[in-house]
Amino acid sequence: MSFLEVLYFIVPTSIAYAAPLILTAIGGVFSERSGVVNIGLEGLMVMGAFIGIVFNLAYADVFGSWTPWIALLVAMLVSAVFSILHAIASVSFRADQVVSGVAINMLGIAIALFSVKMMFGKGQTDFIQKKIPRINIPILQDIPVIGPMFFKSVYGTSVLAIVVAAIAWFVIYKTPFGLRLRSVGEHPMAADTMGINVTKIRYTAVILSGGLAGIGGAIYSQTMTGDFGHATINGQGFMALAAMIFGKWHPIGAMGAALFFGFAQALAISAGSIDLIKNVPTVYFHILPYVLTILALAGFIGKANAPKANGIPYIKGSR
Amino acid sequence: MSNRVIKILVPAISIILGLLVGAVVMLFSGYDPVAGYIALWNGIFGDSYAIGETIRQISPYILAGLAVAFAFRTGLFNIGVEGQLMVGWFASAYVGAAFELPMYIHLPFALLAAALAGALWGLVPGILKATLRVHEVIVTIMMNYIALHVVNALIKTVSGGSYKTDKIHPTASLRSEFLSNLTDYSTLHFGIFVALAMVVVMWFILEKTKTGFELKSVGFNQNASHYAGMNVNKNIILSMVISGAFAGLGGAMEGLGTFGSMTNQGGFTGIGFDGIAVALLGANSPLGVIFGASLFGSLKYGANNMPNAASIPLEIVSIVIALIIFFVACGYIIRVGLERLNKKKEAK
Repeated sequence: MSFLEVLYFIVPTSIAYAAPLILTAIGGVFSERSGVVNIGLEGLMVMGAFIGIVFNLAYADVFGSWTPWIALLVAMLVSAVFSILHAIASVSFRADQVVSGVAINMLGIAIALFSVKMMFGKGQTDFIQKKIPRINIPILQDIPVIGPMFFKSVYGTSVLAIVVAAIAWFVIYKTPFGLRLRSVGEHPMAADTMGINVTKIRYTAVILSGGLAGIGGAIYSQTMTGDFGHATINGQGFMALAAMIFGKWHPIGAMGAALFFGFAQALAISAGSIDLIKNVPTVYFHILPYVLTILALAGFIGKANAPKANGIPYIKGSR
Repeated sequence: MSNRVIKILVPAISIILGLLVGAVVMLFSGYDPVAGYIALWNGIFGDSYAIGETIRQISPYILAGLAVAFAFRTGLFNIGVEGQLMVGWFASAYVGAAFELPMYIHLPFALLAAALAGALWGLVPGILKATLRVHEVIVTIMMNYIALHVVNALIKTVSGGSYKTDKIHPTASLRSEFLSNLTDYSTLHFGIFVALAMVVVMWFILEKTKTGFELKSVGFNQNASHYAGMNVNKNIILSMVISGAFAGLGGAMEGLGTFGSMTNQGGFTGIGFDGIAVALLGANSPLGVIFGASLFGSLKYGANNMPNAASIPLEIVSIVIALIIFFVACGYIIRVGLERLNKKKEAK
């Protein structure tokens, strides 16, 4: 393959892999900016992927080509409801948020697989007929070089992910809600003194993260795999968590990190056909996102500082 | 109610709640919960074969639980047990197959290799935590995925492109004909004794040595420990290394006992994550870990009987286990409830 051909393949693939990561990572940004650690992103994504596929299979005849999009909405709703469990545990019941997140992960995959076995009598679902389509963006796709890279046969969901990232940036940094969200994550007692309802903000943030992770999961299952089984979501949630940290708890940073991780995944699957890196074992591309995250945390790639009150339950009256 | 009673009641109530909610889930999904739990019971205790297999399943759970609990005692949350267990599994399988030695050298060597591999995997987050204050939870999660991919790549390299390592030599095997015959030809192996020995080791380190005292002290209060002249950083690293070694030995249970080799892993084994549940339920004490591991190991193995005997998907047990963890995590609210109940009684 020539260099340009390689780019024409790798860039769209990277963006396709990145879209679910972007949405889920931004969900993580919301949750952690409010001070609630959300390791449960993986489980929330699993739930979204599962609901997306099941809804798509069940209602493909009713909604026609709109099915995958409505499935995204339904997945968002169900995952948002599912994430309330994490919110109750970590905000109201003062649970260890990491443990609660682990429970959410285990519960998500267990409920999904239990339901799949119950409904289909086997370990994975049938394949969906209505995948999320690839579209060509008119006019823009005719731009030389850039056109085929970014605007030809893209998933609408990739556009959605980037739009959501921009909206998230606006919400977190330019609206009163965003200011409250950040203050609750940095110093909940000061926020409480100023009349901000810490509990309400944290609940909202966790539910937002659940909804976004749900969409992320449903995008992944409806673009990449087309069915749901035990290995459909295999670490994407944790990779999104990594993207959030690598992006320094900032929505645009998280998007950049997710795009980069998407690029690493795209390289891993296409390395064999690129002359320059043909002989590099794919394992290096597989572990790249995780190694980079550790390096970022260790401060080798700029210091990553978590919100100050991240992971600490807020108890009124305690100092 | 004394503090002690509440400490025991919280996990007990969590287990009951988990089983109850599991029953409700079965009921709403159109299954018979009574038949389900009977099938589960028979899957665990039904005959001597089932008991043998259950005990076999418990061994790695004990070690995974010890690993999580040991780190917890020093105030560290080791989510990386899963990855440490995988590298331990691979190391034991590799040493078991690649060397030819007499048994009394080979078996300890293979076990040691597993422990060292796990310790190495725990060393990285330990050093990062001690020197750069990087939070160990995220690093250990990332190390899990690095372990998964690296181990799969190593299996491919070692076996010359195959998906499975060579079978280990009998000199490195934990398999026991005696235990197997005793339990109607189950795969029960000597691993359970290794696991129980490690329980004693953990108890001894924590309760009877100066190191253990320091480790616990750092877990309670780093500043006070530092002020008392202890080397906090050294203890953090040491704790992660020992924790990783326990996890690595857990991998050896699979590599030298149950499977005798390692196949390409499509995903995580789940034992490491269940280890978190084991440690939590056992309140991070060595004895508690035996109890927690027995419960979760039994549930996990007994679940295999549910599809056949009651035609209920075995994932229901994973739901129950996840629920139990969830309820243990919400221990605060259970404690509050118990204390209220207590006050009412006293008022009367």
